Amino acid sequence: MNPNTKQVRSPVERQFNRSYANGAWLLLRYLLLFAGVAVTLFPFLWMAASSFKEPKDLFDLSLIPSPATWSNFGDLFVKAPFGLWFANTAGVAVVSTVSVLVFDTMVGYVLAKFVFPGRSVIFVFIISTLMVPTEMLIIPWYLLASKLGLSDTYAGLLLPGLISAFGIFLMRQFMESLPSELLDAARIDGLNEWRVFSSIALPLMKPALATLAILSFISGWNQFIWPFIVLQTENKYTLPVGMVYFSSELKDNSGWILIMTAATVSVLPLITIFLIFQKRIIQGIALSGMK
Amino acid sequence: MITNTTQRRAAEGSKPLSLRLNYRAQRYLFIYLMLGIPVLYFLLTRLYPILYSFNISFREWDVLSPEKPYIGWANYTSLLEDEAFRKSLKNTFLYVVVGIPGQLAAGLFVALLLQNVKRLRGFFRTVYFIPYITSIVAVSWIFRWLLMPNGWINGQLLSLGLPAQPFLQSPDQAPYVIALSMIWQSVGFQMLIFLTGLEGIPKMYHEAAHIDGANAWHRFRYITVPLLNPIILFSAVIAGISYLQSFAHIVSMTQDGGPLNSTRTLVYHIYKLAFKSFDMGSASAATVVLFVIILAFTLLQLKILDRKLDY
Repeated sequence: MNPNTKQVRSPVERQFNRSYANGAWLLLRYLLLFAGVAVTLFPFLWMAASSFKEPKDLFDLSLIPSPATWSNFGDLFVKAPFGLWFANTAGVAVVSTVSVLVFDTMVGYVLAKFVFPGRSVIFVFIISTLMVPTEMLIIPWYLLASKLGLSDTYAGLLLPGLISAFGIFLMRQFMESLPSELLDAARIDGLNEWRVFSSIALPLMKPALATLAILSFISGWNQFIWPFIVLQTENKYTLPVGMVYFSSELKDNSGWILIMTAATVSVLPLITIFLIFQKRIIQGIALSGMK
Repeated sequence: MITNTTQRRAAEGSKPLSLRLNYRAQRYLFIYLMLGIPVLYFLLTRLYPILYSFNISFREWDVLSPEKPYIGWANYTSLLEDEAFRKSLKNTFLYVVVGIPGQLAAGLFVALLLQNVKRLRGFFRTVYFIPYITSIVAVSWIFRWLLMPNGWINGQLLSLGLPAQPFLQSPDQAPYVIALSMIWQSVGFQMLIFLTGLEGIPKMYHEAAHIDGANAWHRFRYITVPLLNPIILFSAVIAGISYLQSFAHIVSMTQDGGPLNSTRTLVYHIYKLAFKSFDMGSASAATVVLFVIILAFTLLQLKILDRKLDY
């Protein structure tokens, strides 16, 4: 193929592109886009600014706190077991991510690369569980957890999120792109099925695994309704649950500052992760349309 | 590839029959071992609980009493008579009806702005996407803080000489303010979906229309929108399902679904019934109602996805 194909443009296309790229239109576009950026980022900036303010400056409307203070961050740990909440949130996100990675890749691989009796039944069953809203499962989960003594425990908190139907769907999509000939070649070379999976398929799936890992970490970090229901002991709270707990302290101004500080600390790690891995995250979400 | 298959056939053929069967057995063993735990997991944590909640919805289920008598449809009929439930259903539909068009319009607008922009494209995409990955609880608290009677937004209104607004304190404004914060959080996601869709529209369609004298609005109305139609419908359903499930916003932005129950959603009502009144029967009946509504949305979605894209 001619390497210059891309550069060769018809006069019509050139004229068409020019009409779009003309100054005034483009300027308007950028102005609107930057206005959108302001609307998007301002709440976060205001949150961060509030977390550096002293309670007496609470209603000062300037974005740059003066004087700025770090003491609110210390207060988080004095007025609530914030360190524990942070650790719990990270722990839940990590454990559920690891579990999802292990099981979802196994199921996704088998569903994508093997033909066997019951394959479509199992696939349809797993995918159809996605239709069931978590909100509907909360009540039976709660009753069952109480019955099994899992209420207000980490095990009870983790149990519903150990395998993700969405992740299985995602991994199956990715795994279908694995060349079957390659797997067959490994089999002929005498590798057993487990080795074909673990030493041939998995290493090729690293990008997919990374995408799934990041997505499940984010949803593990942000999940709210189940932790909110199953946890009762303050020390076991995750960050979103803890923030709701803070609302009982809203009676005075320092309550608001604490909440904004807590929001800052809980949002920052995720924004950082997002900025580092944004290509993968955006790709994964575009592929699946998930939350 | 042919050589691979031939080799494999040759390899298998050269083995004694027992070994070949063994290979098959090993394969099936592997398949079912890999699937065993996950399938069992989904049966126990998804299917069984659903059946369980259908069961509960037909019983008088007081957590404290050991007897859970079967009472037929009584929980459902009592829901219909429950003013707060009807209000919550109405509010939930309000979020759906305001949220879907709001999210789609905002997302499409941003995607169209971004479509032909070359410089800073990645920057804009990244920034717009940030709200989508942050926790609903954190975002809700930030909005509540901005919208306080003496908060930042009212401060700006006053400095512009406009009257301060009650926002979340007013039953007329609160639901719309909450819907707005939900839309704000999902614009980035919607933009992404539309950007993917816009990339799929061949540029020559626009060029051809341009030669024929169609202006920008005509091209948008008669080329972009019809070709995006499947994506618009698909997104509407996805968004609809997420608005139907709103809960964290209500917990964080309002006092108990107030003022005057004006913001209380179906899921919030379920939460109150189950975990404040401990009336698991009625709460489960309400979840079944939610389930049926979401099921209808999902079936609609499947039907839409089934339709072939026709250029």
